[in-house]
Amino acid sequence: MSFLTIENLNAEVGPAPILRDVSLSVAAGEVRGLVGESGAGKSMIGKAVLGTLPSAIEISSGRIVLEGEDLQAMRPRDRRRVIGAKAALIPQDPLTALNPSRRVGPQITDRLVDILGWTRHDAQTRALELLDEVQIPEPERVMRAYPHELSGGMRQRILIASAFAAEPKLIIADEPTTALDVTVQKQILKLIKQMQARHGTALLFVTHDLGVVSKICQSLTVLYGGKVLEDTRIGDFFARPAHPYSAALLAATPKYTDPAASLTPVPEAVIDGVRAEIEAFDRMHGHV
Amino acid sequence: MTLIRRILLRLLTMAITLFGVAVIVFFVIRVVPGNPIAMMLPPGAGEEDIARLKALYGLDKTIPEQFVIWLSGVLQGDFGTSITTRQPVLALVLSRLPATLELSVVALVIAVAIGGTLALTGTRMRGTRSEGAIDVANGMALSVPDFLWGLVLILLFGVLWPVFHISGRVSPSLDLPFVTNFYLFESVLRLRFDIWADLVAHMFMPALALAIPLAAIIAQLLKQSLKETMHLDYVTLSRTKGYGENHVITREALPNAVLPTLTLIGVQFTFLIGGTVIIERLFSYEGLGNMAIDAVINRDLPLIQGIVILFALIFSVVNLVVDLTYAALNPRLRHG
Repeated sequence: MSFLTIENLNAEVGPAPILRDVSLSVAAGEVRGLVGESGAGKSMIGKAVLGTLPSAIEISSGRIVLEGEDLQAMRPRDRRRVIGAKAALIPQDPLTALNPSRRVGPQITDRLVDILGWTRHDAQTRALELLDEVQIPEPERVMRAYPHELSGGMRQRILIASAFAAEPKLIIADEPTTALDVTVQKQILKLIKQMQARHGTALLFVTHDLGVVSKICQSLTVLYGGKVLEDTRIGDFFARPAHPYSAALLAATPKYTDPAASLTPVPEAVIDGVRAEIEAFDRMHGHV
Repeated sequence: MTLIRRILLRLLTMAITLFGVAVIVFFVIRVVPGNPIAMMLPPGAGEEDIARLKALYGLDKTIPEQFVIWLSGVLQGDFGTSITTRQPVLALVLSRLPATLELSVVALVIAVAIGGTLALTGTRMRGTRSEGAIDVANGMALSVPDFLWGLVLILLFGVLWPVFHISGRVSPSLDLPFVTNFYLFESVLRLRFDIWADLVAHMFMPALALAIPLAAIIAQLLKQSLKETMHLDYVTLSRTKGYGENHVITREALPNAVLPTLTLIGVQFTFLIGGTVIIERLFSYEGLGNMAIDAVINRDLPLIQGIVILFALIFSVVNLVVDLTYAALNPRLRHG
């Protein structure tokens, strides 16, 4: 049974569509990649689920169902609480995602205490456990530190610990390694995978990097222009991509085995094909 | 350790600043036209009388000589004697200082309360008509200087709907049991709320007149930095945790957004103290500013010097306090 289901989600900025009939689901414990170029709307899907869409963007139709609860049908206050308890975000940039004027500890424990009603002591114990789990040395000291006293890699580990704190059933990771040093990227990716496996959390992994997808995802959704082009198992995708755009994307990924090979861009003809598909969709839905 | 060193360094620069102010004011008021002796003598006084008076006040010496005499007195705590009242300058100034400090602090509190509330409300209501209304009110408050607000308030609450006193610091009919001149403060300590109410009724309009422009500046800047902060990642992350708008604004955004506003309040507070000079005159409030204007009109040189030095001292202390508060609130500067 899928833990997160998005059905025919449409969102617009004014008259311009941002998401076009997006449907996807993440099963309990599944790792699903969400890939696309910048502007494809992949982060917007994560934001729509977590209720953090910019106010200019409006969801016009469709459903977001989190463990059987229709988020769109709820009052904002209830929706926030359900999301806070069941889902969590691993943000993109660890340098800006921790509040500079608050100590690290309370930024991990605040959700447990304020939203889920834990005692301070229990939340503290839990945070220390998690910091230990994400391999942070001297967790007590780190809890009392301010974000600026810690490195980017450390901060991303803290954000991962914080995301897992309430044992959410779904975690949305929004390009969690893009802002990091290449050497740190690998460790963080491995850590996310480890944590996900240990906690059995469903993971929606937003990225533009197919290399990363091949390492940690079981299934994959390919987006372009806010429209789902392909929704497939990871093995099938790399063996025989169904959509021409997917095939072109795969061909465009640099091969580490043959660095001398020149980079292949996605051919113009393929892009034109995808654009025609989107235009046809918009005509059908009266956006043109 | 570093904090103590920083304070000491600041105290040293403060001393240099005050010396500079002393030099400038001492020479300038002696160079500009008008002299105190002429103000004191009846018309037709002879050369001899003039010379005698000049010698009495030490004005027969050269200006640098006078400065050295005055400065050595100051270093021993003697600011000279007022020419018009013939009382020690230090005692005179200190007797008026509490009135001005109380007025300024009350004005500051009002400004922060109004400005802060407007900024938070505007942020909460961003994108709505309420935010637009706040912006318009801010613009109006900013484009009118404090002394004109004073006149507007006198018209409103002194003439059309006379609920507040328009002149003085306290009703002359009241018996004041106070040992200090911090009337407002002491009336609370002594639980004399009748006197306190009378003081507030006098202080309300001048304080509000001083506060309105500052409140508008605070509201504008704080709202601006709050709105910028609201887009930052840690605010978004806090929303995903299940927190509502009010929590996100006050707990996540405000502590960071308040820092630039704090510096501004420090700078603007010194302007506000400067504004007391005219506002006190307008409301016949018996403070330092009112005394300063009398001193200038009477060419009371020692008194002018004393008041200016005191104002300069207040400004420096305010700046020092702002810097220290800023460091205390911003963890990134704390260990520097």
